[in-house]
Amino acid sequence: MKGSNLPFQGTVEQERQLRDKLAELKPQGGALMPALQYAQELYGYLPYEVQKIIAEELNVTLSDVYGVATFYSQFSLFPKGKYQIGICLGTACYVNGSGEIYDKLRNILGIESGECTLDRMFSLDATRCVGCCGMAPVMTVNGDVYGKVKADDVEGILSKYSAKESKNNG
Amino acid sequence: MDEKTLRKIKERLGSDIAARQAHLAKQNARFERQVLVCGGSGCSSGNSKKIYDEFAREIKEKSLIGKVNLVMTGCFGLCALGPVVIIYPEGSFYANVKLEHVEEIVDGHLVGGKPVKQLLYKETVNENGEITPLADTDFYRKQSRLALRNCGVIDPENIEEYIARDGYFALLKALNMPRGKIIEEVSDSGLRGRGGAGFLTGRKWKFTYDAQSDVKYVACNADEGDPGAFMDRSVLEGDPHVVLEAMSIAAYAVGANHGFIYVRAEYPVAVHRLQVAIKQSREVGLLGKNILNKNFDFDIEIRLGAGAFVCGEETALMTSIEGKRGEPRPRPPFPAVKGLRGKPTLLNNVETYANIPQIILNGSKWFSSVGTEKSKGTKVFALGGKIHNTGLVEVPMGTSLREIVYEIGGGIPQGKAFKAAQTGGPSGGCIPAELIDTEIDYESLQSIGSMMGSGGLIVMDEDNCMVDIAKFFLEFTVDESCGKCTPCRVGTKRLYEMLCKITDGKATLEDLDKMEELCHYIQDNSLCGLGQSAPNPVLSTLKYYRKEYEAHIVDKVCPAGVCKSLIRYEIDPDKCIGCNLCARNCSANAIRGTVKKPHVIDPEACIKCGICETVCRFKAIKKVGGKK
Repeated sequence: MKGSNLPFQGTVEQERQLRDKLAELKPQGGALMPALQYAQELYGYLPYEVQKIIAEELNVTLSDVYGVATFYSQFSLFPKGKYQIGICLGTACYVNGSGEIYDKLRNILGIESGECTLDRMFSLDATRCVGCCGMAPVMTVNGDVYGKVKADDVEGILSKYSAKESKNNG
Repeated sequence: MDEKTLRKIKERLGSDIAARQAHLAKQNARFERQVLVCGGSGCSSGNSKKIYDEFAREIKEKSLIGKVNLVMTGCFGLCALGPVVIIYPEGSFYANVKLEHVEEIVDGHLVGGKPVKQLLYKETVNENGEITPLADTDFYRKQSRLALRNCGVIDPENIEEYIARDGYFALLKALNMPRGKIIEEVSDSGLRGRGGAGFLTGRKWKFTYDAQSDVKYVACNADEGDPGAFMDRSVLEGDPHVVLEAMSIAAYAVGANHGFIYVRAEYPVAVHRLQVAIKQSREVGLLGKNILNKNFDFDIEIRLGAGAFVCGEETALMTSIEGKRGEPRPRPPFPAVKGLRGKPTLLNNVETYANIPQIILNGSKWFSSVGTEKSKGTKVFALGGKIHNTGLVEVPMGTSLREIVYEIGGGIPQGKAFKAAQTGGPSGGCIPAELIDTEIDYESLQSIGSMMGSGGLIVMDEDNCMVDIAKFFLEFTVDESCGKCTPCRVGTKRLYEMLCKITDGKATLEDLDKMEELCHYIQDNSLCGLGQSAPNPVLSTLKYYRKEYEAHIVDKVCPAGVCKSLIRYEIDPDKCIGCNLCARNCSANAIRGTVKKPHVIDPEACIKCGICETVCRFKAIKKVGGKK
């Protein structure tokens, strides 16, 4: 099974919430997707431990859960970073050069799309159209939208967030 | 809610809303001025919510409450100029509004009564400094807004404003019609599915109506997955009630009492507005039991998609609503016979539904008077890529591509040449410059190797490599293939690898023939529309841009200078003064040379990032096509 190497940090309280929700969803038909959506919101991602709870509570096999979790791109088996970076690879952004920005992000962060840096600071997602094609090419950091980005701007944008961190820590 | 209440609401708010359209019209609005702030996703990304809040604060501070009506609407369409604010009665179109402009606009326009001309969209101010109607600008003049008629006009989170625009009157009319008559009206209108394939909507309704079953469902496909398409999202964000009303009409006509909207979770604004709309409709009894006292029960549930392009295919969508992997299944049986949970299900897409209430209100003849022989009505396109007026446009079927690109779209930026327009997303194809006068409808697009698709229209210029574009779409399809059938799962992967071989400069002409053969194989043997249409981007570019493919293969050159393996950077020794700036910026340490002497790029070490070209102050570094 594919998944994250970072240790699972779920709490007892989260597990209780998840089990309660699953009990509520189970009687409705088609509960698996809403269950995964809820779990992802709760934990930020869907580690093996969480998938196991869902399989148990909904009385489906773990392979069913894994099958659905890996089918849809919205579900993530990796944790998200404190700063979630999205780079739009929709057509409008792509023809305006978002592919180069994506390469640059992967180079600097040393991670692929869907993954998270070891310090859990940044995660990277190559997204489908985010819907502001007028600002193409677009990248987002925790929902902040950066429009008309050039590959050369990437370092500056990232350092804004790393600087914030070192300031907080020092 | 009953007919009388509907009419009362319309009477109370109708003139306010009417005053948001007529330019400089005399009006009976209850307000001196109405400020419309665009709350579409494009403008929201540009901070339009904060601009709205700032207007609200200023209006309060300057005691304009009661005189000025502040409204957050759906998309105006001209996303390239976002965030956009329009103020009526003047119809002043403020473009690229920033937070710091708000006070100036409030003081100058709302208090002083004079539009702030320097902040207006330039096309709406003539050489004498007079404000000209927005409807006369190139962008709007050729459009006719039918599916988008309420987008940018009403507050999508206020059901009363929708009612004031004749909202729910179509449902009222339909509930007084025999079911067969409603279906006849939709059939006669000639409306075809706006989601891609263009199946006759009326026929779909009839099939579901004819199916015998105790339970039937209606569903709305709002899983808009084409990269670069945002038509349906704009309808949901700007006019969510139109979808609810149309689904109610459909449900009544085919005999269903339960509906589902399957919407992309990546559209948080659209999902929120749908939730608000459903809640409001339930509160006033336009969803629920005994709607409009006509003994008709209907309710709608939202189901969130989780990001799988294949779920736009109808059988896959229904499997996904059931909470499973969204894999398609063979048809027949069609959903109209055996759909959701094994019951007859009517599935239409958002834009298709958006046309229904107007067809019921104005009749099929009115609708079919617009468009071409076989494609009636209008079509919404999301215009993007290398074009000035990026945004959302709605034009009558039969409008030429030239009109859309050059008149409405304002042409290509930086004086570059038009190279291609891509329609239909990963299922469509590229339309070359020599076919720019094609009048767009379902048949014409198909005949030139593309398709209508859901309405993404991406413009490309001379700097785009068509092989790279084909590769881009194939990479998407490989990623999104659900894996159920081999021709699609393996075929698209092989096709993608062949394209990579070409862009790497390692292919032979024989590969080109093999690739074409594989394309036809995938088309003929895939289970669903995703696989069947996946080769279209390759076939259409191969048809119209074969020379470009051959250049990659034979000459090892990428004419557009995009494919990295086929380009190199060179320093012009006559222009280089040896300032060393490029070498210091090169992350690959590929530039060598002594200070004040011309430098050289080591082609083996160069990663072709192009930073040297950007930093050079003497324009000494150039990108050159082809391997040395």
